[in-house]
Amino acid sequence: MATNLKRFKEFGSIFINHTNLLRRFSSSSAVLSSVDAQLQPPTTGTGKSINLYTAINQALQIALDSDPRSYIFGEDVGFGGVFRCTTGLAEQFGKHRVFNTPLCEQGIVGFGIGLAAMGNRAIAEIQFADYIFPAFDQIVNEAAKFRYRSGNEFNCGGLTIRAPYGAVGHGGHYHSQSPEAFFCHVPGIKVVIPRSPKQAKGLLLSSIREPNPVVFFEPKWLYRLAVEEVPEGDYTLPLSEAEVIREGSDITLVGWGAQLSIMEQACIDAEKDGISCELIDLKTLIPWDKETVEASVRKTGRLLISHEAPVTGGFGAEISASIVERCFLRLEAPVARVCGLDTPFPLVFEPFYMPTKNKILDAIKDTVNY
Amino acid sequence: MNISIWLTRTRRDGGNFVKKIICNNPTFCSYYQSPNSSTSLVHSHLSSSIMRSKDCGFVGKGNFRFLYSSSSFNSSYVVSVGGRRYKATKAGEQLLFEDDNGNNTFEESKGEEFPGGKIFFTSEMNFLPGSSEKRVQCYRVLDENGYHVSSTTMEHVSKEVGLKVYSGMVSLQTMDKYFYEAQRQGRLSFYLTSFGEEAVSLASAAALTSHDLILSQYREPGILLWRGFTVQEFADQCFGNNAGHGKGRQMPVHYGSKNLNFMTISSPLATQLPQAVGVAYSLKMEKKDACVVAYFGDGTTSEGDFHAAMNFAAVMDAPVVFICRNNGWAISTPVTDQFRSDGIVVKGPAYGIQSIRVDGNDALAIYSAVRKARKMAIDEQRPILIEAMTYRVGHHSTSDDSTKYRSIDEIEYWKTMHSPITRLRKWIERKGWWGEKDESELHSDLNNQVKTAIEKAEKALKPQLKYLFRDVYEDLPTNLIEQEKLLRETVERHPQDFPIDVPL
Repeated sequence: MATNLKRFKEFGSIFINHTNLLRRFSSSSAVLSSVDAQLQPPTTGTGKSINLYTAINQALQIALDSDPRSYIFGEDVGFGGVFRCTTGLAEQFGKHRVFNTPLCEQGIVGFGIGLAAMGNRAIAEIQFADYIFPAFDQIVNEAAKFRYRSGNEFNCGGLTIRAPYGAVGHGGHYHSQSPEAFFCHVPGIKVVIPRSPKQAKGLLLSSIREPNPVVFFEPKWLYRLAVEEVPEGDYTLPLSEAEVIREGSDITLVGWGAQLSIMEQACIDAEKDGISCELIDLKTLIPWDKETVEASVRKTGRLLISHEAPVTGGFGAEISASIVERCFLRLEAPVARVCGLDTPFPLVFEPFYMPTKNKILDAIKDTVNY
Repeated sequence: MNISIWLTRTRRDGGNFVKKIICNNPTFCSYYQSPNSSTSLVHSHLSSSIMRSKDCGFVGKGNFRFLYSSSSFNSSYVVSVGGRRYKATKAGEQLLFEDDNGNNTFEESKGEEFPGGKIFFTSEMNFLPGSSEKRVQCYRVLDENGYHVSSTTMEHVSKEVGLKVYSGMVSLQTMDKYFYEAQRQGRLSFYLTSFGEEAVSLASAAALTSHDLILSQYREPGILLWRGFTVQEFADQCFGNNAGHGKGRQMPVHYGSKNLNFMTISSPLATQLPQAVGVAYSLKMEKKDACVVAYFGDGTTSEGDFHAAMNFAAVMDAPVVFICRNNGWAISTPVTDQFRSDGIVVKGPAYGIQSIRVDGNDALAIYSAVRKARKMAIDEQRPILIEAMTYRVGHHSTSDDSTKYRSIDEIEYWKTMHSPITRLRKWIERKGWWGEKDESELHSDLNNQVKTAIEKAEKALKPQLKYLFRDVYEDLPTNLIEQEKLLRETVERHPQDFPIDVPL
C-alpha cells in the first residue's frame, strides 16, 4: 500500500495537471462545472457556487457544529485531508474532535464502530476507496451486524465511512476503483454516492445523522471539477430515494456518482437523434429505490445501467434482475449495461476501460432500435 | 519508574575510551541493549531516578557526575554535581563523564532530532535481540497450594469479594458442565467452556466497577456472571429462545447485555479490540471515571486487528485495559506455532504500552493486577496490557476433540495441578471463610439452578418470525417488507418445511 505521502503527492497534482480533462457535469439544475467556475463570484440565491470538496467540508463543519458528540478521523485528516475535505476543521473544533489516526484502515473503522456504539457520531475517512479492504471485516462482520446480533441492545448507527472512489484520469489500479458492489451485498449498512456538490452536502448530512451505519463514496474526479450552487445552511436529502434528473420517454438510464455526468452527455447527444432519455440518479444503492426505477421503466419500456465498476457482479446486475422481475412484459429490449471492463483498473488503458459517452450512446441506440 | 543504566567502554580514534549509555527503557534511552548481550558492559546500575523527558532529551538525576563540553571541547564545564537534575538535548553536544576516581572520559553523544524525537548515533552496529534469554516473569500472589508467595505486592481482598469470586468460578464451572452435557445430548446446537480459565474472567471482573465497559471474546462469561447475568439468561441465549436477549440470531455463548455494560460478542477474532479503543476514546472525551476492558486469547494476537488496536490505543492515549488469556492453544495450534516472541506481554512496549504478565490461574494475582491496571488506565489515561498465563483445560468448543492434538496427561496435569478454583478454595479455607459444608451447599444449589434453567429455556418458544427481519436496520426497508410478505406466503403454503416452535 502506498504511503500517505506518496498518495498525497500523487493526488495533489491530479487536478492541476488534468484540469483540461473537464468532465461536464450537471445536475437537475444544469449547472455546468469548470475549475474556473470556482473563482466566479457567488450567484444569487441562497447559496454560493462551490465545488464538491468544499460542499463536503461544509457538511462536516455543520455536523461538528450541530452535535458536540461528533468526531472526524482518518489518515491525514488533521491537516485537512489529501483532498482538502477536512480543511480548517481541526482548527475550529479542536484536535480531540478532528484528528489523524495511524495508517490502518481496519483500525479506523473498528475505532469508529466503538465510538459510534457509545452514542457518538463517528465520521471515519478512508483515504481512497481502493484502501477500504483491510476494513472490510469490520464493515461487513461488525458494523453491519452490530444491531442485529445484539437484539437491538447495541448499535453503531452513528458511524459514517467516507471514501473517495472512482476514476480520476491517471489513478491506475489503486486510486481508481469503484468498490460499491461489494458493500451492496451486506444487509445492515447503507451505501450512498452523491453526484454533485449540492447532493453531496445534503446526502452526507443525512448519512451522518442516519441511525444506521453508512458507507459514503465520494466521486473524487468531481472534488474540484463539479461546481454547483449549494445552500449555505444545514439541510439534508433523503436516503433511499432516487431522483429523476432528466425526464424522457424512450429509455431509462440509471446511474450514480460521477458516471451520471457522462450519461447526461449521452442523453443530450441521443436527443439530437430524436431519442428521449430519462436519467435517474439512484443516490442510495442499498436499500435502493426500486419503485422510482420501476415506474420509469414502465413508462419507457427500456433500461440502461451504467457504472465504472467491472460489469460482472456490478450493482447494475442487481438493478437489471430486479427490473426484469418487475417489468418483464413491459420491456421492449434487453436491459443494457455499459460498465467498466472485467479487468483491474488499467493505467494507460483507462480511456478504453471506461464506460464512455459514445459507448453509452451506442447502447442507447441499440436498445431503442432493438 | 525503574530504569537500569549500563555503561560500556569502547576505544575511539585517538585512544580515548568512550562510554556509551545503555538503558533498559527504550522510551527513555536512544539505545537499548540487553545486559546479556556480548558487548562488554560495565553493569553499573544507577540507583538514581532517571526521568523521561517529553522532548526525548536526556534528563538525569543522581549521584553520577556529568561533565558537559561543546563539540570543540574548548569550553567544558560542569553542569551537574550530585543530586540535581540536568538536561542536554542539542544535537552535536558531547557529555564528559567523570568517574569515581576523577578520571575523565568523554561520550560521543551526537544525535539528531528526527521526527518523533532525538536519536543518538553510535559507531557500533548492534542489532537488537529478537528475544531475551530470560523470559518475562509472571506475577503471582498465591502458589499452587494457596499459600502467599513471600513479600508479594497485592491489593486487599475482602471476605465478600473473595467468596463471590470463588462462588462465581464454581458457578461458571457448573454451568459449563451442564451446558456442555446438554450439547452432547443434542439439546444445544453448540457450546464452549471456560474450564481452567475461570479465574481470569471472575477475578478481573471483581477488580472493575460496573461502569467499566467490557468487550470480550467468547471465553469470558465469568464477567457477566459477576455482574449479575443469571444462569437463566445464559440458558435463554444458548437455546435461542424468545426470552433470550439476542432474539435467537446468534450461536450460543454470544452473550451481551446493555444493562451490564457488556457489548455483544461476535465470532470474528480481534474485531472487538479496535472497537474497544473507540469506546475508550468516548469515555475519555466525556471524562468518565471508567475504562474499557478488552479480552482475547493468544491466537487472536496474530490477527491484524490486535496490532491495530494496540497502536491506536497507545496513540490515542485511550483508557483501555487489554487482557490476553494466553491459554496455550488456539483450537489445535500451540503458541509455538503462533508466535516467536516471549508470549504477548513483550508486544506491549513495542507499542508504547505498559504491560504485565500475570499468573492467570491465581485469582488474587489477576484481581490485584487488574485493579492496578484499571487505576493506571483511568488516572493516567493510557492503555495497559495484561497477559494472563493459563491453560485451556477443555476442548476449544463442542466441535473439537483436543485429545487429537495434545496428550491427556498434559490436560490432566493442568487440570489437577493448576486448577484456579482449587487454589482459591485453599486460600479462603485457610482464611476460615469457607468450609466443607459451604462447598456442598453451593454445589447442590448450583446444580439445581442450572438444571432448572436448562429445562425452562429448552421448553420456551423461539422468537417470533418477525424478528428475522427486525434490527437489520433501525426501520424496516422496503426490500425486507417485501421479503417478509413473500416468506409468510411460502410458510402458509408449506408449513411442514419450517420449525413449529417459531411463532408466526
